Parts: sequence; C-alpha cells; structure tokens
Amino acid sequence: MKEIVVISGKGGTGKTSITAALASLAKESCVVVDCDVDAADMHLLLQPDFDHKEDFYSGVLAHIDPDTCRNCGRCAKVCRFDAIVLQNGRYVVDELSCEGCGYCEKVCRLNAISMNERLAGAWFASQTKYGSDMVHAKLGIGAENSGKLVAKVKKEGKAIALAKNKSLMIVDGSPGIGCPVVSSLSGANFALLVTEPTLSGLHDLKRVYEVVKKFRIKAGCIINKADLNPEVCAQIEAFLREESILHVKSIPYNKAFTQAMVEAKTITEYSNEPLKKLLEESFETIKNTLGV
Amino acid sequence: MKIAIASGKGGTGKTTLSTNLATFLGESQSTVLVDLDVEEPNSNLFLQGELLRKEDKMKMIPRWDSTSCTLCGECVENCNFNALLCIANEILVFPNLCHSCYACSELCSLGSLPMEPQKMGELSHFLAGDIEFVEGRLNIGEEQAVSLIAQTKKYVDQHFDDETIKLFDSPPGTSCPVIEAIKDADFVILVTEPTPFGLHDLTLAVETTRILGKEFGVVINRYGMGNEDVVAYCQRENIPVIGKIPHLIEAAKLYSAGKLIYKEIPSFKDEIEKIALHVKARFQGAAQ
Repeated sequence: MKEIVVISGKGGTGKTSITAALASLAKESCVVVDCDVDAADMHLLLQPDFDHKEDFYSGVLAHIDPDTCRNCGRCAKVCRFDAIVLQNGRYVVDELSCEGCGYCEKVCRLNAISMNERLAGAWFASQTKYGSDMVHAKLGIGAENSGKLVAKVKKEGKAIALAKNKSLMIVDGSPGIGCPVVSSLSGANFALLVTEPTLSGLHDLKRVYEVVKKFRIKAGCIINKADLNPEVCAQIEAFLREESILHVKSIPYNKAFTQAMVEAKTITEYSNEPLKKLLEESFETIKNTLGV
Repeated sequence: MKIAIASGKGGTGKTTLSTNLATFLGESQSTVLVDLDVEEPNSNLFLQGELLRKEDKMKMIPRWDSTSCTLCGECVENCNFNALLCIANEILVFPNLCHSCYACSELCSLGSLPMEPQKMGELSHFLAGDIEFVEGRLNIGEEQAVSLIAQTKKYVDQHFDDETIKLFDSPPGTSCPVIEAIKDADFVILVTEPTPFGLHDLTLAVETTRILGKEFGVVINRYGMGNEDVVAYCQRENIPVIGKIPHLIEAAKLYSAGKLIYKEIPSFKDEIEKIALHVKARFQGAAQ
C-alpha cells in the first residue's frame, strides 16, 4: 500500500479539488483521508455517508471545583497561558486558553483542580459516492492538537487500507508548515505539492518543501493556474529542477474548478475534456513513480 | 483599535485585503499592519520597506543539568506533553513537544531543569511607505505557532499607541493559532469567497468568532465567481457584508506579481474604500 499526501503550504491553490479528482480516478482502489481537519472541505465533493462516527479526545483541560477552592490564586500565578482568570472574584479556567499542562493541579494544596479529558472533535469512517472508503474529521472550535487528530485519521485510514487490501491511500494534507502538516506527511510515500504561480505560492512552496525534505520522501508538483503569471511559473519550474522535484503537470487556469465545486462534483466528473485528461495523466505519472 | 482579518479557509484573500486595506488606510491615518500568519507570512511580498528592527524570538525550553539530577523521574511525570524522557542515565528533552509551561523546571526541587531560551522565529519591523509593518516568522521545523503570535502582538502593544489602527493578518483555520490571533481584537473581518468551500469554512469561522464574543463583518472576495449562497447565508444570520471585492483575472495577475491591486483597478479600490470607511467609523466610535 502506497500513501500519497497532497499539500500546498498556501491555501486556495486547488489542493482539495485536485485531491478529490485523484480520488475519483482511483475509485475503489484507494482509501481517501482528509487531514485538513481544521477546515475540512473534501466531503463537499466526495459526499461521504458519515456512516461511523467517533468522538475524539485529546489532551486534558483544567477544572476548578468551586466548593473546594479557597481562592488562594497559586494556580493563576504558575499558569503561563493566562488560562486562570478572576471572574466575579473567583478563579475559573478559560478553556480556550488552557493548554492542559496540569501545573495548576500540581500546586493546588486543596486538590481543588482536576484535569479532565478534552473533547477535541470527531472523526468519521464513510463510503464516498464512488464506493471508496473515506476517513475524515471535524476539529472542535479552538481545539489544539489538530496534529493528533490528523495522526488519528491517518491511522484509521491505514488500518482500513490494509484490511481491505487497497493499493493506495490518498491524503488531503493540512495547510501551513506546523504540527498538522508534519503529522500529515509522517509515513507517506509521495508528497504531491500543489502550487500556483504567484509570489506567495512560490514562497510557501519553498517553506513547505523544507518540511517535506526532512521526511526524505519522493515529491512531485502540480502548478495550478499555470498561465496566471509566466514569469513566476518559470521561477517555480527552476526551483523544481534545482531540488529535483518531479514536475507532474502544469494546469492552466480553469473556471471548471469553481463550477464543479458549485455542483458538488469533482473536476474529473464535471469534465471538460482537456482538464480531465491533464488530471488522468498526472495520476498515471504519480502511480508510475510509485510503482503502483 | 485592533482589527483582525481572518478566514476559515486558506487562500480566500486575507493577505490581499490586509495589504491593500492597510496601505489605503495609511494614506490618511496612522496604520500598522501585523502579519500573524507566522507559518506562512506573505504580506511582506506586497510591501517594500525599510527594515527598522529585527529581533530573534525565543521560547523557553528546559535544559537538563546532569550534575545535580538524581534521576528521580518526577519531571517526566510532571510533563503532560511527553517532552521529557528518562532513559538509562539521562533525561532527554524534546523541544518540539514542549509547551513552555515550566512545570518540570519549577517543580524540580534540585533545580536540574533550568529554562533556557531557544530561537523559534523572528520578528521584523518595517517602514513601508505610509504604514508600518510588523511580521512574525516561525522557523521551519518549529511546530507551535501560538507563542510567536502572542509575542508579536505584545511587541505591537508596546510600540504603537491607541491612535494607530492596527490590522492583524491572521492564520487560516479555527484552531489555537487563530484563537490567539483574534482573541483581543476589537473587530474581526472574515474574508471568504462565494463558493461551497468558502461558505463551509466561513460558517466555521463565524462559529469561532461568536464563541469568542467578537463583533465581526464579512468581506466576500472574488465576488461573482461562484454562487450567491454566501450572501444568502449572511442575510439569514444577520451578518453585515462590509465589502464585495469583484472577481477579476487582472486582480489575480497583479496579486501574482506582488502588486497592490487598488492602485491599478478602480472597481477594486471602490470596495477597499468602502471597507476602510467602515473601519474608520468604528475607530472613531471607539475613540469617543
């Protein structure tokens, strides 16, 4: 089983649309995993049935028992996250600021503070409209540890892929360069970088590629909206050559990306023949590289 | 007056709005733009300026002092983030997992884990034409953006007075970095695009902003590209739409080259002006 992770650094480059298109080409041969748990969108195109749901707990959250607490303030003094605040003369926990370190619990002489499991979100195992398996999630508002939820959905996806003997796992990765994207890339065989020829696209591509390099995995790149700025496009191509990143495909700007989304379809489903062909060729190139 | 520019979805135009609006406001008012998207800061690509100041930003990490340690293992138990590990005859520290809570260090009765600064990123302060610009930039390999966002905001509090409009270009999403970026804003502008992805992520951003009890308005970028569902949603939810920036391929081309769009496209400028008036009215309201 091979794992393809699609990332972009910058948002809005077409990462999710392209991932969903690859998933629709792979059909039942793949398991699809949405690791963009913070703002998951792929379900809008693949329409999974949300068949199985499990709550996701991660980390802990401090709670002050008002009956035991004598308001000494020791907890507030040691908290480095300003998460213990005075409210109407009483110390209470600001749940959005609490990082769950438990320092307050340890310094409370009256044992008035307990650390409780924190509900961080939920994950789902579904069937998409193509009959493929999909694992996806919804992170709770303001929750931290999205990296752990990413690790969880990937683990569940992998278990399904192995149990059902699938040859591919296609993962929609997280944006940025921080902990969620590190979790997304962990264990991957191929990183597909989706970028656009804008200065921000190039800048973010370079930063996220530094993260990819640490994993020593093969990488390829799709330049979306390639005709937007030929000069920056040439700079991206030069960067790909320099770093020996496989240039999978350049896709010209195409309104079909938005139109397909409005109709809740993947771009290969919505079609428009030349565009569909570009994606089919991209998928073949990636599969050949991976030997699938 | 602090105004956070945020969005659930990435790539909707936060940076476009931030840089154009800040520069436009700067023509008539003291303005600072602050890039809090420290994982992928982009505003600097649109603002050429003179560097006034650069600082290394640190996070505090415990260092194991082998001479005083008796390997009692209490520190490992006190760490809720698995950032410490006791193997054979040593304590290993994993800086990427550390949240700098100080529990291990201050609860060690032998003082064997003093906290020491480690560089996590950089803060740069520029003069860019009429405005000032402050950027936080996380080192590649660092996984936790929140502390750098907090430190960047603190720098702005220390260096700018209440007469200055402060615009914060925030990270995407709804998790902890966004909360940190918008939690002390006076007003939040949520940027979205009129597509199903834009709408879906806008609803998440609205939920987040409401939980934080913030006043907010919506700017629809690339208006005309998808459908009218975002407008209908805002009407239903009584959310003010304070600007509709037209979908123009010319604007995308200017963006791609790192140029400010309002200086070249009048219809784009009209919308920036409308949003600026909204911001100024709030600013004057707050001052009175």
